[in-house]
Amino acid sequence: MAATADITLGYMPLFDSAVLIAAVEKGFAGDEGLSVQLVRETSWANIRDRIAVGHFQAAHMLAPMPIASNLGLTPLSLELVAPFALGLGGNAVTVSRDLWARMAADGAGPGADPSSNGASLKRVVESRHRSGEPLLRFAVVHPFSGHNYELRYWLAACGIDPEKSVEIVVVPPPLMADALSTGAIDGFCAGEPWNSVAVAAGAGRIATTKASIWRLSPEKVLGVSARFASENRPTLDALLRALYRSSIWCGDRANHGELAALMSAPSHLGLPREALMPILTGQLTLGDGAADEIPEFFVPHAKAASFPWQSHALWFYSQMVRWGHVQHSPAQAERARNTYRPDIYRQALKPLAAPMPGANMKVEGALTVAAPVGASEKGLVLGPDGFFDGRIFDPDRLDDYLASQN
Amino acid sequence: MTHRDLTILVIDENAIRASIIEAGLHDAGHSRVSVVHDVHGVGRVIERLQPDVIVIDLENPNRDLLESMFQLSRSVKRPIAMFVDRSDSSMIEAAIDAGVSAYVVDGLRQERVKPILDMAISRFNAFSRMERELADARSELADRKVIDRAKGILMKSRGISEEEAYKLLRTTAMNQNRKIAEIAQSLVLAAGLLEDF
Repeated sequence: MAATADITLGYMPLFDSAVLIAAVEKGFAGDEGLSVQLVRETSWANIRDRIAVGHFQAAHMLAPMPIASNLGLTPLSLELVAPFALGLGGNAVTVSRDLWARMAADGAGPGADPSSNGASLKRVVESRHRSGEPLLRFAVVHPFSGHNYELRYWLAACGIDPEKSVEIVVVPPPLMADALSTGAIDGFCAGEPWNSVAVAAGAGRIATTKASIWRLSPEKVLGVSARFASENRPTLDALLRALYRSSIWCGDRANHGELAALMSAPSHLGLPREALMPILTGQLTLGDGAADEIPEFFVPHAKAASFPWQSHALWFYSQMVRWGHVQHSPAQAERARNTYRPDIYRQALKPLAAPMPGANMKVEGALTVAAPVGASEKGLVLGPDGFFDGRIFDPDRLDDYLASQN
Repeated sequence: MTHRDLTILVIDENAIRASIIEAGLHDAGHSRVSVVHDVHGVGRVIERLQPDVIVIDLENPNRDLLESMFQLSRSVKRPIAMFVDRSDSSMIEAAIDAGVSAYVVDGLRQERVKPILDMAISRFNAFSRMERELADARSELADRKVIDRAKGILMKSRGISEEEAYKLLRTTAMNQNRKIAEIAQSLVLAAGLLEDF
């Protein structure tokens, strides 16, 4: 039944493109009868444009990107669907050595704890304000990115207004370390390996991680043009099966050395293998002689990591509303939620008898310990998935959550 | 038709290509053209120039930065959208194929922008063609050099004439269904290895 088809997939040179790359290089796509061409891109804007003109049928995307596109917030607003998630976690916040020195003098460290390091950062921000120093400048990779929203969430929860007390700009990930060492920025939130690269270059210190701000939180998705998804379902289904099997392979510790070697190739990330191990092991060199082991730092498969939870889509939507990126209305919320397509995921993976969650949404941040959930035949374990400030996002009570955000 | 009131900003890290675009815009009667090679500080340039049209190459990793300035920054007053008419997909496709993208102030009429984009697209294409031809010429030159060396090796080791040496290379290439330059390359490599013993 395997369909023979050609798919061109765009990706950005970031570690969390691993599931896509391994799906092709380890032959999972071929097993599904698919001939997939991978094309490395230089900007998310290029990925969007090439999907628009049909050069790509699907691509590695920042999770909020297809949502923003469907809400009409980006140029060339295309209709996109996200039927598969490419893993959880994988980002960190790195600050310059100067900023870290001031935070450390104010109690930051020794680890990457978001509460205590955030409290130190707040005191530094306040003292800079009192002495008339310029606002600290943080960089993220894209306005509609998990990076932007988790950085803002962390700052706001620590009492730092991301709109008024700091400046947030956009810098491409490979340029972050340089921008940090030249003083163009004071900190950044980006995916690995760019934090480890900045630390290794002596440019900065990891202050906290995405997994510590919100454990098992969503990051990248497979973005597919809605038209391709509706006209080529058997092909898309085959691609999702290949990605699912690739995610199992990527998540298996026994394959981590091989995966790091694969991703380090000049045609993919072009970075030394050692720079790619921290994201897989969670053993981070924080800089300034410190190290920390972050549990579930990046999860490509376990904990239903590839399931496109509509509650994730709605959480991103809640942050778009919070920071004035979109005006809230029930219709817009519905559009955001329906960008994620668990129905396609369930249908595509049926032949694999993959364990499936019972629902399409969950209360985010409610699990304090790992919990087996009643799912299809094989068991599925979710969580713990807490936000560091203990807040809970109930997608059925979106309006309450929006009202409670300041 | 006068273009004097359109301000155009060209962002391209490739200085030669940027100057080709700039010259084309001047030829078309646009006098308010600025070129930026380095994206650092481009926000200030945009603030100062308030361009009506921005042309940027697709290989530039700073496209996301540029778009974020339109989306988030309060310093860029006028909203800028990609292409005037979003339905003109053939032009978007031609631009992307050529490796160029453009941003245009909202509300600017299509007939004023289209010639600018058409020109950018054709000059980007011409530039790629030129680069390809240059690369071909370089490899042709390299091929000729390696064939000369292979001929020299054959003439010396077999005591044959230059013409015979070339014939031998050509026959071998034909028999193996490979290029003469490839055969010559293998021969030069092999001779180099043998010399080491």
